[in-house]
Amino acid sequence: MSAVDPTVLEPEPLKDAGAAADRRSARRERLRLLVRNPSAIIGGAILIFWIICAVFGDVIAPYSPFATDFDGHLPPGGTHILGTDQLGRDVLSRVIIGARDVLIAAPICATIGVGLGTLIGLLMGYYRGWLDDGLGRIIEAFLALPVPLVALLTLAALGSSTTTVVLTVGIFFTPIVARTVRAAVLAERENDYVQAAKLRGENGLYIMFREILPNITGPIVVEFTVRIGYAVFTIAFLSFLGVGIQPPTPDWGLMVSEEYALIIGGYWWVTVFPALAIASLVIAVNLVADALQEVNER
Amino acid sequence: MSATEQRTAALKVEDLEVAYDVRGVLRPVLRGVSFEIQPGEAYGLVGESGCGKSTTAFAAVRYLPGNGHITGGRTLIGGDDVTAMGDEALRELRASRISMVYQDPGQSLNPTIKVGRQVAEAFAVLGASKDEARERAVEALRRVRIADAERVMERYPYQLSGGMQQRAVIAMALACDPQLLILDEPTTGLDATVEAEVLDLVATLRDETGAAILLIAHNLGVVRRTCDRVGVMYAGRIVEEGIAGEVFDDPQHPYTVGLLRCLPRRGAAKSERRLDTIPGSLPLIGTPLPACVFEDRCTLATAECRTVLPTAAHPRPDRTVFCHHLDRVGELVAAPVTAAVGEVAPGDVVLQLEDVSKTFRQGGHEVRALVGVDLELRAGETLGLVGESGSGKTTLAKAILGIHAADQGGVIRLDRETLAGLTTQRPADARRAIQIIFQNPDSALNRSKTVRSILSRALSKLAGLTGQAAEDRLEKIRDEVVLSPRHLDLKPRQLSGGLKQRVAIGNAFAGDPRIVVCDEPTSALDVSVQAAILNLLADLQRDEQASYIVISHDLGVVRYLSDRIAVLYLGRLMEVGDAATVFAGPHHPYTEALLSAVPSVDGDPPARIRLEGEVPSAIDVPSGCVFHTRCPRAIEGTCEASEPPLVEVETGHMMRCHIPIDELRRLQGSDAD
Repeated sequence: MSAVDPTVLEPEPLKDAGAAADRRSARRERLRLLVRNPSAIIGGAILIFWIICAVFGDVIAPYSPFATDFDGHLPPGGTHILGTDQLGRDVLSRVIIGARDVLIAAPICATIGVGLGTLIGLLMGYYRGWLDDGLGRIIEAFLALPVPLVALLTLAALGSSTTTVVLTVGIFFTPIVARTVRAAVLAERENDYVQAAKLRGENGLYIMFREILPNITGPIVVEFTVRIGYAVFTIAFLSFLGVGIQPPTPDWGLMVSEEYALIIGGYWWVTVFPALAIASLVIAVNLVADALQEVNER
Repeated sequence: MSATEQRTAALKVEDLEVAYDVRGVLRPVLRGVSFEIQPGEAYGLVGESGCGKSTTAFAAVRYLPGNGHITGGRTLIGGDDVTAMGDEALRELRASRISMVYQDPGQSLNPTIKVGRQVAEAFAVLGASKDEARERAVEALRRVRIADAERVMERYPYQLSGGMQQRAVIAMALACDPQLLILDEPTTGLDATVEAEVLDLVATLRDETGAAILLIAHNLGVVRRTCDRVGVMYAGRIVEEGIAGEVFDDPQHPYTVGLLRCLPRRGAAKSERRLDTIPGSLPLIGTPLPACVFEDRCTLATAECRTVLPTAAHPRPDRTVFCHHLDRVGELVAAPVTAAVGEVAPGDVVLQLEDVSKTFRQGGHEVRALVGVDLELRAGETLGLVGESGSGKTTLAKAILGIHAADQGGVIRLDRETLAGLTTQRPADARRAIQIIFQNPDSALNRSKTVRSILSRALSKLAGLTGQAAEDRLEKIRDEVVLSPRHLDLKPRQLSGGLKQRVAIGNAFAGDPRIVVCDEPTSALDVSVQAAILNLLADLQRDEQASYIVISHDLGVVRYLSDRIAVLYLGRLMEVGDAATVFAGPHHPYTEALLSAVPSVDGDPPARIRLEGEVPSAIDVPSGCVFHTRCPRAIEGTCEASEPPLVEVETGHMMRCHIPIDELRRLQGSDAD
């Protein structure tokens, strides 16, 4: 009997040690990286603060955002921590309640933009050829337009309501997202599994959505977060121009626009506090987006 | 030799220990490596991936990544302790006394700077003036046998072929006239013919400069051709060391024996023997290992091996082996080869190619990647496709698969039915009948899916199975490709390379294919894993009666799997015949050159054919016989004038050559004497 037993020689190169646990730990590892990331901590904290304001605003806010039974333009301090506006409404309450609309509207804009953008990006990246060329030209043309002007015109034509604002902003995000997704698809479709799927007789829809899409969720999630930040900014901007959300809704952009001319008169608090709110939310969302991207790229 | 022993070693590594810091924990990678390279000597380090070859080389010049730490031992270069050197001294040493050449020359060269300036820079660093540096750069390029040095100086790296790039890199490495030249996989990824040229160059330069060479390679043939001595590494230790040829012909450590028995050597074919494999798998970095690092994969291991560090033994002159059971290694060497797969009688013709061509359009030019290929494939038969890159192997496979459509006029028939050009236009049955195993399982398997969902989808699309029937069949396939049930719920990245390739094979076999294209099926795998995969492919073929089309640059692999061989050059078939006949000769001069170029672990034939120049561009094909520009046996006046037809020169052996077969037999026979 030789020392070499064929049954022993049969390969069993198993990568043992509980591979299912490996998978869980990989996910935990990403979460751990995220929790450790300073941008994620700061951004997350600010974001959570605003979400609490949005959800429990009615309880937290000291006054009703619409109540006008105070003296106008009370400076910060005293019973009105952040002062009151021209009509005597409590600025703090309006800022707190204002979080709600923006935190509903911004993610919806981002969802519309990322949803449509992903669809178009997948089509362009997967089919390439004339479809890619055609849509690509349209996207380029779209991106060449000054967004504020066109958004202004669109909203002026369609009439201003929260719905039209959200739709317009969402659609304006679409081409930008489409470009990002297209680039990701182009890199991904070079993989042999795409070729294997074609040889298996899969149709384009299956390959795009079931084979490629799950592998490009990283950039899409990042894009989604970035878009939320831009949406907050854009909605506020449109409100400021007067074509966005209409008064008397306690919207941050609207609040800034209503009294920014009065800063010179010394009534700075009515403008500065909602402006700070906008800035902090945009920065928070972008910090989280940065952190996500960083963790993704590891 | 006694004279050299008196001199200071060019590189001396003493008990070197290196660990990588992985999230605060030190994971040992080198566990006490010791070896010496004398001036002018070439030393090879071989071993499978992760054994610490490259780490040894980097640590020797203290060029470890940020998280690598030398935790013990020292390295001396020309007698100076590198581990104790200050930063300035170390910089000085790296600039003037050692040089490194890495695997991918394309990445060693800056793509935005002309080659000339990059080579000149190497001299400028050493203090040469601008003009002088340029002059010496031209000289350096001539020295690495670049004929047209002046013009090459003015080119950008992307305008050079891989072989030329690697020459330029070597020219730069030689700028400082180094005492020690470290080559890390210098020919991996190059064609066999180019590899042969680069290795010849290294040998010549070594004679000219007297530099010591440390060569790191996973290809044992490369090491045998280039090196005087070799160290076999496993899990951060050198387990056996000796004179290269002797170690490979008469291995003494169980790991070396196992490694060599995994290789399809000396023209082994699947009908004659199964390949041996090494049980178990390579240890992952950071796993605690027994005293003898090879213990848990060694069939000779005893309790002693777990606890007692084996000491150096010298079973042969000039040989050092670390093993407790040297007396029993003979059992492994003498172990009979495992049962053969058995001769499979080829059945009816399954696939028939008639006059298949493929023309690409490239910037207004026509690139004829495939020209009038006629081939037949029988049931249960394996056809090996051989040729340099650009020869049309992959283009042919893609045309058969329907990934791209062949030109009008050619015919591809499956079971006498003419197939449409693209897979999407073919009926489901035809599509299912022809499948592929890709080279790189990382790319071929969707990383977001589990093994189970990958295989289930293949079953439902290719075999039309769902529900219980699909599950039963899934179990059967899993069993056939030797995966354990646990693996089904894992994702590809949680599997080792060999396991991933098993999943890819299972995927291809899901719909009972008639023809499976194997495109470099094992080139991404380690030797011991390769053997298991080759065995699996042979078993599946026997059980499923599938036909294979095997593409591989590794002629040992092609020889092992193939029943017939087709040799391609510039998209044309040069030789077709039974594997045994094609390998035994008389060969087509191109085949002869290819066979001669591949460095063999069994040593090289006494006379080697060297191919001059590079594969001509397919845009501007040479007149007459397309091979005449490089053919060492070309007949002046005949070969450049007319293209020879592909004719049957003996039974079942087709060749496209002006030289009569008897003449070839005589020429090739006399060369071998």
